[in-house]
This record gives sequence, C-alpha cells and structure tokens, in this order.
Amino acid sequence: MEIKQGLWYAKTHEWVEFIDDMTAAVGLSDYAQHELGDLVFVNLPQAGDTIAVGKMFADVESVKAVSDIYAPVAGTVSEVNETLLDAPEAINQSPYEAWIAKVEGITARGELMDADAYAAYLDTL
Amino acid sequence: MSQYHPHTPEETREMLTFLGLNTLDELFGDVPQSVRGSVPKAEHPGLTQMETLREMQALAAENTQYTLTLRGAGCYDHFIPPIVPQLANKKEFLSAYTPYQAELSQGVLQAIFEYQTLICELTGMDASNAGVYDFATAAAEAAMMCRERSRSVALVSQAVHPDTLAVMNTYGFGTDTQVRTVPLKDGRTDPAALREMLREDVASLTIQQPNYFGQLEDVAALFQAAKEAGVKCILAVNPLSLSLLPSGAEVKADIVCGDVQPFGLPMMYGGPHAGFMACTKDMIRRLPGRIAGQTADADGRRAFVLTLQAREQHIRREKASSNICTNHAHSALTASIYLTYMGLQGITAVAESCVSKAHYFAQELCKIKSVNLRYNGEFFHEFVTDLPNPARVEAALHEYGILSGLPLDGGMLWAVTEKASKAQLDRAVKLVREVCEGE
Repeated sequence: MEIKQGLWYAKTHEWVEFIDDMTAAVGLSDYAQHELGDLVFVNLPQAGDTIAVGKMFADVESVKAVSDIYAPVAGTVSEVNETLLDAPEAINQSPYEAWIAKVEGITARGELMDADAYAAYLDTL
Repeated sequence: MSQYHPHTPEETREMLTFLGLNTLDELFGDVPQSVRGSVPKAEHPGLTQMETLREMQALAAENTQYTLTLRGAGCYDHFIPPIVPQLANKKEFLSAYTPYQAELSQGVLQAIFEYQTLICELTGMDASNAGVYDFATAAAEAAMMCRERSRSVALVSQAVHPDTLAVMNTYGFGTDTQVRTVPLKDGRTDPAALREMLREDVASLTIQQPNYFGQLEDVAALFQAAKEAGVKCILAVNPLSLSLLPSGAEVKADIVCGDVQPFGLPMMYGGPHAGFMACTKDMIRRLPGRIAGQTADADGRRAFVLTLQAREQHIRREKASSNICTNHAHSALTASIYLTYMGLQGITAVAESCVSKAHYFAQELCKIKSVNLRYNGEFFHEFVTDLPNPARVEAALHEYGILSGLPLDGGMLWAVTEKASKAQLDRAVKLVREVCEGE
C-alpha cells in the first residue's frame, strides 16, 4: 500500500496535490483503488463545473459497483483527465499519476490529512 | 372444469410435518386475525369446459372485427406471417422471465442479443438495449439520457405523438427537465423556430420521423442545426420506414428510438408494444434497461450475459439515471422473429407497398370535392386530409366494417398499410364521397 508523501488526503480516500494555494489536482488513493477492485469506467466531471467540499463530483465503476468520488476542495474544475475514459485501469495501476480532475480558484479545503496522518487513519479502519 | 390445486393434501401434510406444525392455521399464526378473515371465498360453482368455451365465444363475438383498418397514429395494421406467432409462442419463450441468472437463461439472452443486433443494423447505431415498453417510454428515456448538469431542457417537435409528449412531460416533471415543444409550419417542425430555441441550456432535440401527421421531416438539416448548438439529437422513428429512409447514423443521430409494433405485433387493444432504443458508442453507459452481451464461457464457448449492469438501479441505486428495470421482452422477441423471417428485402417491400397504397388512397380521396391534403410535404404511409364532418365519415365507414382514419379537428389522419387491397380502398373512397358530397 503506497501513501505518497507530499500529498493531502481526505477521509473518503481522495488525494489532493496542491500546485499552489488556488489550484490542485485530485485523484484516488492507492487504498481506494485497492478496495474498489478493477475499475472499468470513470464518469468524469466537466471543465467549468463548480464543486463543493464533500459533495460528489465524479464516480467510478468497477465490475459490480459504482462508487462516488467526493470533492476534497471547493473550486472550479479546470481540466479533466480524459485519458481515463479509455483507460480507467490507470487508476489501479498508478493511482498517484492518474489524476481525475484539476481544480482552480480554490475557495475552501475539507479536512485533509498529510501522508503520515492518513497512514495512521488507515490503521484505524 | 377442474380446479387448480397447487398442493395435494398429502404434500401439505408433509410440509407441515417438516416444519413441526400440525395445522395450516399454525403456519399462518403470525398473520393478524383481522387480515386473515378477508380472503374472499369463491362462490361460483364453476363451469364445464363446454360452458366456459360458450361464454368466452359469446364475449369474443362482441368485438368489432374490421375488414379494413385505415387508422394508425402509432399503431399499425400490418400482415403478420403465421410463422411469427407460431415461433414466438413456443413455451420456452413464454415461461422465461428476466434473465438475471445467465447460466439458466442462454436461450432468452441469445434472443435478446439477436434483437439488439437487428435494431443496430436497422438504425445504424452502435448499441441497442433489450427494449423498453413502447414508443413513449423509449422517447422519454432517450431525452433523459441527454441531460447534463448545465443542460436541462429537452426540445421536442410539436409533431410528435401526443402520448409520447405526455410521457416526456411526466418524466420531465420528476427530473426537473423542462420539455419545450418546437412549433410547426405546414405540418412539419419549423427550422426557423427551432434555431431560436437552441439555447445554451438545451440538452436534446427529439424529432419524430415520419411525424405524427405522417409528414417526412428534414431530419438531417434539423439535426445539423442542433449539433452546431451542442445539442444531442434523438430520432424517434417508425422502424419500418428505415428500410427506405436514411438510418439514424446517416442523419447523425445520437439516439434512435421508436416502437417495433409494425414488426409482427398485432394491434390488439393498443398493446403491449415494445419500445426500442439504440445509441452511439459514447452514450452506451447512459443507455437504460437491460443489455445482453456476448462473451465466452470457461470452455471458450459462445455465451450470453447481461452486461454493463452498473448503469442500472439495482447497482447504482438512487444515482441511476433511469429506473426502468424490465421491458416487453416477448414483444421484442416477436419483432425479431418477424424481422428475421422477412429480411431487409421483405420489410422494404412492405414499406414500398404501404407508401404506394397510401399515395393512391390520398390521390383518390382528394378527387372528392371538399377533401384535400392538409399539408404540402412528402409523406410515408399516413397523411391528413381536411374533411367536412369527420364524425359522420367515421360512422359511415364503421357501418361497412372499415375503421376510418383518426378524426382530427376538421380533418382526418389516415394510415394505409400493405393489407389494404385496391378494391377495398376504392370502396372506402366511395363511402367517403357519399358522405362528403351528399351534404
């Protein structure tokens, strides 16, 4: 189980990489992809969507389940990773490279943990 | 007649013994007494087979059997080759229900897969579902497939079937989708009015082809305007007409939907029909309902399953974009048998015959003083004539065993299929003339 240093994590297992205070990339943690199993589809948001902390903004589909992805920050989607449409398995293979969306104009952050705190949190699950 | 006994007294006793009970009352002990007393007891002493048959035949004789049907408006009187019900009524097809357990349902899954294949070939689309209930549900579900976060308006031509519009409005009410109708000009969707309505919040445009009044729409042009505005295009089509008209793919539709009733399904009392839905590859995950897929079993043999089930509400729950869980599978099967038997050549011949006879009938009707075509555009096998006193025309034809066209305000919507003979059509014209010129 990899927990990448330098990223921030939500309790719902999304990771956030802050590019600066106002912009970030968001993806799913290694723990999340492992729990979900082989992904077959990613339902991406659209550039321009406004997202709010803790609200669903995308979902991923494994063979027999669909799981919501919650926004760890509030802001506006500036870009989505369209390569995931054809290759959702990228999230399984390299979860920290397979970002789902980039967010700009960040107005709020959820309760985010650093790598060590997230590791401690996973131990409690 | 003998009565239906689900269990013999011996079997009931055996099961009670297994459960460690003495009487049936003990088994139902948890059901409150107040509810238990309310099951009505059959008072009728029952009939013999002969008496039952006599009673049913008397009831059946009360049906009006028309020798010629000139009414369509969404339900059409086509010839059904006897092989179609013969095969469709095989008991293996009549007993099978929703094929959740692929292992047990290969036959019905293969039938659905073949239905989907036929629909894809006919519409030119990439994928088809197993079907829905009818045209109205298919069109409403199609409009719902196109909703986006920032696009929540569904445009639909005013010349769509009124029942379809009503069901679209019901779906729209439940999903906060605004359904707006595009006005008509000379019985067809007005392209200028459409252009005005193609705003940024519009998700989809639905055009019926041929439209409710039988007119042929310039679908390609209407869809091109919609595409330019980023709007998804839904072709709601009589599938029989696809043997002569451009396919959904050729007019660049995103979704093609309609009703397979013209393919081997009797008119009955207006149902059950089967709605079909097919779409382009990039919309597959929004397609509602069952989808049968082909795969290989553990030994590499061709096998069938229900696929892409994560779209559906039993997995996606409240986030599913549709709650439709079933379909008129047997109607869809019947249509598949009809299509397989007829082939493309067969249905093309049927369509050509309908067009030819409808145009002959229209031409003869219009020779009557005070009867004329209401619209100028080309039509398929349905058309509207202005007509004095439609109610009297309906009554006069009914007297001679002919179901007239659908009475409209000051006119009539006529449909002609391959079943009508020239002699029958001539007779109908004569009767209409008597009513119209007799006044």
